[in-house]
Amino acid sequence: MLCNICHKNEATVHLTEIIDNQITELHLCEECARQKGAQMEQHFGLADLLAGLADLGQQFEVVGKTETKCPNCSLSYEDFRRIGRLGCSECYEAFKDSLGVLLKRIHGSTQHLGCAPLKKEKETKKQQSEIEVLKSKLQRAIKMEEFEEAARLRDKIRALESKKKK
Amino acid sequence: MRLNDLIKQTCEWLKCSGPYSNIVISSRVRLARNLKGIPFSHWADTKKKEEVLMKVKDAVSSSSYTKNALFLYMADLNNLDKQFLIERHLISKEHALRANHKAVIVGDQEILSIMINEEDHLRTQVMQSGFNLDEAWQIIKRIDKDFEKKLDFAYSEDWGYLTACPTNTGTGLRASVMLHLPALVMSKQINKVLQAITKLSLTARGFYGEGTEASGNFFQISNQVTLGHSEEDLLDNINRIIKQVIGHEQNARRALFEQDRSRIEDRIWRAFATLKNAHIITSKEAVDLFSSVRLGVDMGILKGLDIQTINKIFIYIQPAHLQKLEGKTFSAQERDVKRAEFIRKELAKDMEDK
Repeated sequence: MLCNICHKNEATVHLTEIIDNQITELHLCEECARQKGAQMEQHFGLADLLAGLADLGQQFEVVGKTETKCPNCSLSYEDFRRIGRLGCSECYEAFKDSLGVLLKRIHGSTQHLGCAPLKKEKETKKQQSEIEVLKSKLQRAIKMEEFEEAARLRDKIRALESKKKK
Repeated sequence: MRLNDLIKQTCEWLKCSGPYSNIVISSRVRLARNLKGIPFSHWADTKKKEEVLMKVKDAVSSSSYTKNALFLYMADLNNLDKQFLIERHLISKEHALRANHKAVIVGDQEILSIMINEEDHLRTQVMQSGFNLDEAWQIIKRIDKDFEKKLDFAYSEDWGYLTACPTNTGTGLRASVMLHLPALVMSKQINKVLQAITKLSLTARGFYGEGTEASGNFFQISNQVTLGHSEEDLLDNINRIIKQVIGHEQNARRALFEQDRSRIEDRIWRAFATLKNAHIITSKEAVDLFSSVRLGVDMGILKGLDIQTINKIFIYIQPAHLQKLEGKTFSAQERDVKRAEFIRKELAKDMEDK
């Protein structure tokens, strides 16, 4: 099959685009696909998707508020919406409220339960998060209809919680 | 070790030695980490990028885990070398673009690779052959803890490790498994399986990761959520689901053979015959045919052929590998001829040995 654009080279890339429920199929050679790829990236990318999500978090903000910038790297929330990437680790503090909404939307949670840098691992925190971990495991077990596992987890959570109260 | 030494060795993920390696090609775990307070790679100026590069290089190269590793500045590499590293899954496509102030470190067995100044300051990945995410996690966890002794990673109590893109925040962990699912594709069940996976907060991609199409019935499945669950929990979730996908593929293979044996055998033998005799072949056609041949070997239909040979051919027929092997550049048309030649030679060699 020949390329749909240049009609010269063999088509090696097969592309399906859906625009307003219209499906178009394109068969392209490597060269034309690369050019087409560059166009595609422009009109649709992760940044747009994220920006879309981030916008939802912004609805509740007061209109006309002065633009906040990260004091460390001077990226504004507007910049983040445009490029879909944050500027530095301090941006997380600078845009705390909006990002909280966004993280919840992406991950369904705003509480980290994984590994921490060695110096920050504290025993109290660990015990608390152990219960959190078990609770999320329990949710999953119920979803997967693994009821024996769910019962075992429930008992373990109860045991830990009563230990904490003592 | 030098870059050109890599071409002589079989990379870890093609060794075909791990659990379920008839269906699972490889398992990979990667962690995204950033230095506290320094702008992320895309937002940093030249000076800051260089600072990150030096800091990370010092910390990483003094670690016992990177003994004998290969350190490469991306700016020193030509396009062929970059493509070669992409084909071996040691760097991302993104890392090969705009190469200034970027580097990659490749462990001597190609199990470990570390990209510096990709989207995040550090992207560490560990590969294992077959279905073995747990081992990959155990290895990368030790390496990460070791780097942490020397580097101050951006971390918050609430949100975990802080990354350039909020889709990686938390654990910064992406676990992915490369599966070969020809029977699910043939029996048209694959879309149902992929849809179910998406509902369980996993995502499926093509052979070269993000933004690529599935080819040769190879699918890469990985976790999407990184915050709100521990690393072990995220791995546990993906492990359970992958096990079910493997089960479905096994059932589909059995069913196909019971119901439609002649058709499947015909397809496998025709694929084999084409590969053995073709004089011009594109990557796509070769990968599709090898998918059938691989199934034939797994099912014991193609008895004279070694799965190691298939894996070897599989990696060498990619454009940059083909050119590195011959030591010169070829046009796409020339490559198709060279590719066919290489396949004929390797298959003949393997059959002779038997």
